[in-house]
Amino acid sequence: MPIYSKKIIQHFKRPKNVGKIKNPNGTGEAGNLLCGDLMKLYLKIGKNKKNEEFIKDIKFETLGCAVAVANTSLLTTLVKGKTIKEALEIKKEDLIEKLGKPLPPFKIHCSILAVDALKEAIYDYYKRSGKKIPPELEIEHQRITRIKNQAEGRYKEFRKLEEEVLK
Amino acid sequence: MKKNKRKIYFDYAATTPVDPRVVKVMLPYFSKKFGNTMSLHSFGQEVKEILEESREKVASLIGAKPNEIIFTSSATESNNLALKGIAFANKNRGNHIIISSIEHPCVMESAKWLESQGFEITRLKVDKYGLVNPEDVKKAIKKETILVSIMHANNEIGTIEPIEEIGKIIKSEIRNQNSKIYFHTDAAQTLGKIPVDVNKLGVDLLTGSSHKIYGPKGAACLYIREGTKITPLLHGGGHEMGLRSSTVNVPAIVGFAEALEIAKKEMKKENERLSKLREKLEKGILKKIKNAHLVGHPQKRLPNIANFWFEGVEGESVVIELDLLGIAVSTGSACSSEKLEASHVLLATGLKPHQAHSSLRLSLGRWTKEKDIDYVLKVLPKVIKRLRLISPTFK
Ligand SMILES: Cc1ncc(COP(=O)(O)O)c(C=O)c1O
Ligand code: FES
Repeated sequence: MPIYSKKIIQHFKRPKNVGKIKNPNGTGEAGNLLCGDLMKLYLKIGKNKKNEEFIKDIKFETLGCAVAVANTSLLTTLVKGKTIKEALEIKKEDLIEKLGKPLPPFKIHCSILAVDALKEAIYDYYKRSGKKIPPELEIEHQRITRIKNQAEGRYKEFRKLEEEVLK
Repeated sequence: MKKNKRKIYFDYAATTPVDPRVVKVMLPYFSKKFGNTMSLHSFGQEVKEILEESREKVASLIGAKPNEIIFTSSATESNNLALKGIAFANKNRGNHIIISSIEHPCVMESAKWLESQGFEITRLKVDKYGLVNPEDVKKAIKKETILVSIMHANNEIGTIEPIEEIGKIIKSEIRNQNSKIYFHTDAAQTLGKIPVDVNKLGVDLLTGSSHKIYGPKGAACLYIREGTKITPLLHGGGHEMGLRSSTVNVPAIVGFAEALEIAKKEMKKENERLSKLREKLEKGILKKIKNAHLVGHPQKRLPNIANFWFEGVEGESVVIELDLLGIAVSTGSACSSEKLEASHVLLATGLKPHQAHSSLRLSLGRWTKEKDIDYVLKVLPKVIKRLRLISPTFK
């Protein structure tokens, strides 16, 4: 019995939308410095017939565990073709539910990584195109940055402690 | 998904299957000879006899006397007993304990707990191969030192520590300061795999494990040199010379003794075989996979452990994909897989966290065949290649 669900294994073995986009108009990065994993998302945002901004193309790269690969692959398939507004509504719980079989607690952050990288990519798109950033997204961006800084701080502290111990 | 029938075990350092020869000698002690070794009647006495025979066997195989062997339930328990038992029995003399920075979590955590109880712990650093420098032990010893605990070989990278040299240094320091410093080594990965003799190593305490050498889980030992001041963790009916109360797990202990005897008898031939297989594995991987690196000492290493790190991939994803292909391996140690932090052992050898996160341990054993190595060499390069294609950090 593999430790993960069939669905996770499928997405892990054959992930969708892997790679880079040539001239993305939004990129996002999220990392978990504890597990050392890194997620990169590339977006091509276009306008649909109703003149709404939508995700024309999305690609990702990850130095991550199997669950991170599967989650991001699933996320990209869910948001491709969707409007930005719809894309931002997807939560980590939606991914976890769709992938079946509850994740062990220490693997929840792998789903957060995917969702956060998407938020960051959309944030970047807004920024690049000089658009007004929705307040909720600004809050999220600050949260993600804060976590990143905290993790970095904690990590540095850890290394410092370790160096002292090892002196 | 295609069903893959092939199942290859490359995780012998985590645990081993019980050898059928061992199972055979254990069987009578479940339902037929089931007595309690403390009972006076014949049911008790017949198992008491085999318990003592097992003790003599284990003792003679490591150069000890029978009354110096305590059977426990696991290496974890033996290590806990060694550290806490020595610490509390000798705290009137001092509160300083020296360990290495690459000990198994059961030693690291015991030491950390002792720290919270007022003991002072020195964690010695290691070099890039994971070796402790005996001179560092010498420098760390002070008049409050009561215990040094350095593992015989590391479970993640296989590096064998210079226990004999450290033992000599500790002895010379004791003469200088006229107070006893006990020396413990965790030999869970070495007993039955390389020669282990308590007098040659110069240790006062030594931990050995059964399930790493084709014996059953639930048995382990702690060698305690005669005259050592130690206090038990488990108080009760006074089994194991008062050092480990609990009705004795006779079947497991009988199996452990048998497993050790077999392992010792077959050691030389088996090590030659394993060394050859491992060399083929390592050479093959380093040749077929670019930017792959070997961790651990090139020579002073257990013949059955190979640890690599691969640039730009994450170890867990390699483990999962290999498992789907029927190959069981691990990242670092089995017990660390639920922790997200990089292995403390790999970090101590100087690897950066992202490098440590991309590590993979393959450990070989009694049923590893050359064709298993060939299969790994065929599939692993493909797995690494695919994962690198997904990775943002390797192009
Ligand atoms: C070096 C070392 N010490 C201690 C242990 C703990 O063994 P157990 O889990 O059987 O108590 C292990 C096993 O992983 C080990 O490799
Ligand atoms: S992304 Fe960190 S363990 Fe999955």
